Amino acid sequence: MATNERMLLSGNEAVALAALHAGTHLGTGYPGTPSTEILEALDQLGGRAQWAPNEKVALEVALGVSLARGRTLATMKHVGVNVAADPLFTAAYMDLVGGLVLISADDPGMASSQNEQDNRHYARAAGVPMLEPADAQEAYDFTLTAFELSERWGIPVILRMTTRICHARTQVCPGPARPGSLQPGFQRDIPGRVMVPTHARPAHRKLRGKLEQIARWNDSEGPNRVYDGDRRLGIIASGVSVMHAREAAPGARVLSLGLTWPLPMETLRRFVGGVDRCIVIEEGDHLVYEALRADGLAVEGKPEMYRFGELNVPRVRRILAGDTSPEAAPPAGKPPELCKGCSHREVFEVLGRLKYIVAGDIGCYTLGVLPPFEAMDTCVDMGAAIGVGLGLRHTLPPEEARRVVSVIGDSTFVHSGLTGIAEMVYNPPPTGHVVLIVDNDTTAMTGRQEHPGTGRSLNHAPTQRMDLAEVCRAMGVKNVQVVDPQKPEDDFEGALKALMERDELSVLIARRPCVLAAPMIRRYEQAAREGAADHAQAPTP
Amino acid sequence: MAVTNIVLAGLGGQGVVTASDLLSTAAFSTGLQVKKSEVHGMSQRGGSVTSDVRFGEEVFSPMVPDGEADFLLVFEPSQVEINRHWLRPGGMLITPDDIPEGSLRNRKSLNVALLGALSVQLEFDEATWMQAIRSRLPAKIHAINEQAFAIGRGAGERLGRETQTEGV
Repeated sequence: MATNERMLLSGNEAVALAALHAGTHLGTGYPGTPSTEILEALDQLGGRAQWAPNEKVALEVALGVSLARGRTLATMKHVGVNVAADPLFTAAYMDLVGGLVLISADDPGMASSQNEQDNRHYARAAGVPMLEPADAQEAYDFTLTAFELSERWGIPVILRMTTRICHARTQVCPGPARPGSLQPGFQRDIPGRVMVPTHARPAHRKLRGKLEQIARWNDSEGPNRVYDGDRRLGIIASGVSVMHAREAAPGARVLSLGLTWPLPMETLRRFVGGVDRCIVIEEGDHLVYEALRADGLAVEGKPEMYRFGELNVPRVRRILAGDTSPEAAPPAGKPPELCKGCSHREVFEVLGRLKYIVAGDIGCYTLGVLPPFEAMDTCVDMGAAIGVGLGLRHTLPPEEARRVVSVIGDSTFVHSGLTGIAEMVYNPPPTGHVVLIVDNDTTAMTGRQEHPGTGRSLNHAPTQRMDLAEVCRAMGVKNVQVVDPQKPEDDFEGALKALMERDELSVLIARRPCVLAAPMIRRYEQAAREGAADHAQAPTP
Repeated sequence: MAVTNIVLAGLGGQGVVTASDLLSTAAFSTGLQVKKSEVHGMSQRGGSVTSDVRFGEEVFSPMVPDGEADFLLVFEPSQVEINRHWLRPGGMLITPDDIPEGSLRNRKSLNVALLGALSVQLEFDEATWMQAIRSRLPAKIHAINEQAFAIGRGAGERLGRETQTEGV
């Protein structure tokens, strides 16, 4: 049933289509630019996809699916892999069964992230294979390959994409479905799955053996290819850099690496030996360059200035020319801002005017750092508002400590805020503390995804809602209040000031739906009511 | 056939990405290779947004190289100067000034009107564009966008003639 269909898909859509064709039992993940659309597309294609509260839980759920002999996809942005790193490193030791593919969507240039970490390091550090597609067609093909490699060697496989793969639309010719042959079922395998030291010691050796075999497979039949050209210039590249390089040096011979860890060293040695000058074009850190130099290969890398930001055709031309002259800064565009009508505006207007010390967090509300508000003092990672705020409170003189407030969004709170509340209740600062949850009933910044606090699942159907106020009360927070920052009678400012003046532990929830999400939320709620009514009227069988 | 490079630029919420979806869909349906890319996320909160569309027999990078755009469509006057660097020498700038004031029934369809103006310069027939609009936009806004496209196309024809008389 090979198809001749020709589609124009984003890399994210291509991964979703391949996951469907691979017979994925469950896709799970946490929203994060540029990965978010993968699970949404999988759901729209009729696959099963769900948001997890965070990436660690997503990968753990995926691990369970694999051990139940199902195929599974865990999607996240680059910094999400940090959160999932704990299960990842030990999952690498285990004998997985169903294919487990972890999508790492990196953001070189930081279009929408707090750092530009290069997640190729994770393949090396955890000891798992990594595939890097150069366009949407390869995103489709490599996703299928990733499932098959994962099952063949019983190992998690990372498919690493970047913004220009995830969010670039290119042609995809999908092939026939390749769902594999496993049927869900449980088989006990204590030494392969219970990672106590006596099992983990041999498991680590076994992992290194798997990687040696995969490296040999990569040399003999891995998804790497040479675009032939003049032997005077050879270029080694992976991901979107392959495309920049082929355009910047149309006559060059290009080795496009598809399975970038473990590296196909024989293939690389042969390629380097077959050209006069060989240069590695890689976005981010100098990983392939360093590996080849460590092997004694005479390759050139890129000057240090090109470690920063995205590559593109002009920058690759400069690298090839050895040009290290300063690059012209692109004209500054208009920065993003909080939407008109967004209730974060009222919140940050008050925080700025009261000159509080604001430990901030990740979400739309991080825009509170920009003018006219300029009301944020720290932003680190998901959930950091609470821990950082507590550290400030513990250390600052009391009069300054009393000005510290932690500000965190609802989705971020569910992702990584609960342990911060546990810390606050367990080790309260002498001046107490105030956590302000700005609850807009959605994961707004990534495009309005659901989370456990909305009471709606990925496809917006109703599910159990986690009540943030009740959770905080149950965890032992003394004062928990909910206000609407746009309702004058709720007096958000007065409520906040009153809590800040007490040397107690408080959570203030500023709750008002995101202006962009509100019409959709009303529709989902309407549909849920009608669904419930239909259900109530349905005759019992 | 050389690659055609088009950059669309505006502010979040102006339909820049929708317009580049329509353009890339139209180009793709004629059998050409197409690549399009943009960044999402932070840039969508009312900030500057650009989207690159490239098509031809064979396209490599999904990003238009600086100074190589054949066409630059800018949706918001304040964004013209900061994006001009994308244009190649002799490349064509299309802005809201090219769409007659008050001609659109709904200002939200400006993005499609600008595509109409661009369409005069490209070799896709009108049916290709209509098919792209119908396949990618919700049915209830087909009529208003088809009208916007026609207004833009009319404006583009006048623009093309003026450009020719100037001998640029």
